[in-house]
Amino acid sequence: MSALPRADELGIVGCHVCRQVSQASDDPHARCPRCGAGLHRRKRDSLARTWALLIAALLLYLPANIFPIMRTQSLFTRDDNTILSGVVELWRAGSPDLAIIVFTASIVVPVLKFLVMGYLLISVQRSSEWGARQRAKLFRLVEVVGYWSMLDVFVVALLSALVHFKVLSRVEPLPGVIFFGLVVVLTMLSAMSFDPRLIWDNRDSDD
Amino acid sequence: METAQDLIVCEHCDTVYRREVLTRGQVACCVKCGAVLERHQWIGLDGQFALILAALIVFVIANATPIVSLGLSGMSSATTLWGAVIAMWNDDSQVVSVLTVMTLFFFPLSQILIFGWVLWFARDGRRAPGFARAMVALHYVKPWSMIEVFMLGVLVAVVKASTYFDVIPGAGIWSFAVLTVLITIFASHDPRELWNVTRETPA
Ligand SMILES: [Zn+2]
Repeated sequence: MSALPRADELGIVGCHVCRQVSQASDDPHARCPRCGAGLHRRKRDSLARTWALLIAALLLYLPANIFPIMRTQSLFTRDDNTILSGVVELWRAGSPDLAIIVFTASIVVPVLKFLVMGYLLISVQRSSEWGARQRAKLFRLVEVVGYWSMLDVFVVALLSALVHFKVLSRVEPLPGVIFFGLVVVLTMLSAMSFDPRLIWDNRDSDD
Repeated sequence: METAQDLIVCEHCDTVYRREVLTRGQVACCVKCGAVLERHQWIGLDGQFALILAALIVFVIANATPIVSLGLSGMSSATTLWGAVIAMWNDDSQVVSVLTVMTLFFFPLSQILIFGWVLWFARDGRRAPGFARAMVALHYVKPWSMIEVFMLGVLVAVVKASTYFDVIPGAGIWSFAVLTVLITIFASHDPRELWNVTRETPA
């Protein structure tokens, strides 16, 4: 299988915006002859950028989970919900299926992103040879599911707009939701900065 | 000698392949890393343009009509997408407000308009004015459009609210559902294919 040529070895480069294949050059300002987007053999400073964004996301992830994201107020009660307690409430309200969906989008997906991106970064830095195909799959999984974490942010926005019955009943957003929205954006940017081709660089075998 | 047009590079692992003509339902995958190289584009350009036009109309309705309304002992309260945006702004969550506007209004709308613009010309095999710039913009906007996540969010909000209130679905919820379906149909279509089916028009 090692007969499969890689663009880098052939001295060509595929444009990441329009897929046009052209001659690779050492010019850092090289542009795609077809669409004009910047051409890079590999994404610039991929590892450093991915780490920086991932760590920033991780720092905001703490307040996003500790602070409540939403306050439900009625005549005699006031109830602050965190992301986790929102899931529990949904479960108790008799919608275990939706509770599982929200749990997946709000808790499993972000944690998965931190673990997978961290693992990919470390394995690339150590020029790991192991399971390149599996790692490539993990990256694509993170790319596909990443933005579904925005679910809870939209739920809070909708409920805050809807539940507006003066003193009788009221829903308000709380700071946790801001942190959580930023976490989602930062983890998406982090995944976009990562260059999956790095998984396949510096390897001798092709398994 | 092969020309660059015959080659395709896997975006995920940099492996080079010779382009193959795909037939209906076929998907070309990278044998090395398993990523999708190319899919057969089963909707023609006219069809795609019609779908984009439909998406634009539905998008306008989705933005202008109430998504759901709640009833509580004779009172009622409804919201549109913009109601949610304004509520977040007024409740000290401007960051969320901006995120909502961008991911549910600005990016999806730009996507629809830009894609519609290039498709209009591409139907005759031509490249629209500003084609290259439009294609680059489409590439960067795509991951930030989150209509389908919002659709799921509406369902979750409805279920949460229905424990305490009467929930009456509005036209908005159906529009977002239709948009989600349209987005799913387009998911198998790579706009970059337009580069291969259009030619530069002589100025
Ligand atoms: Zn590949």
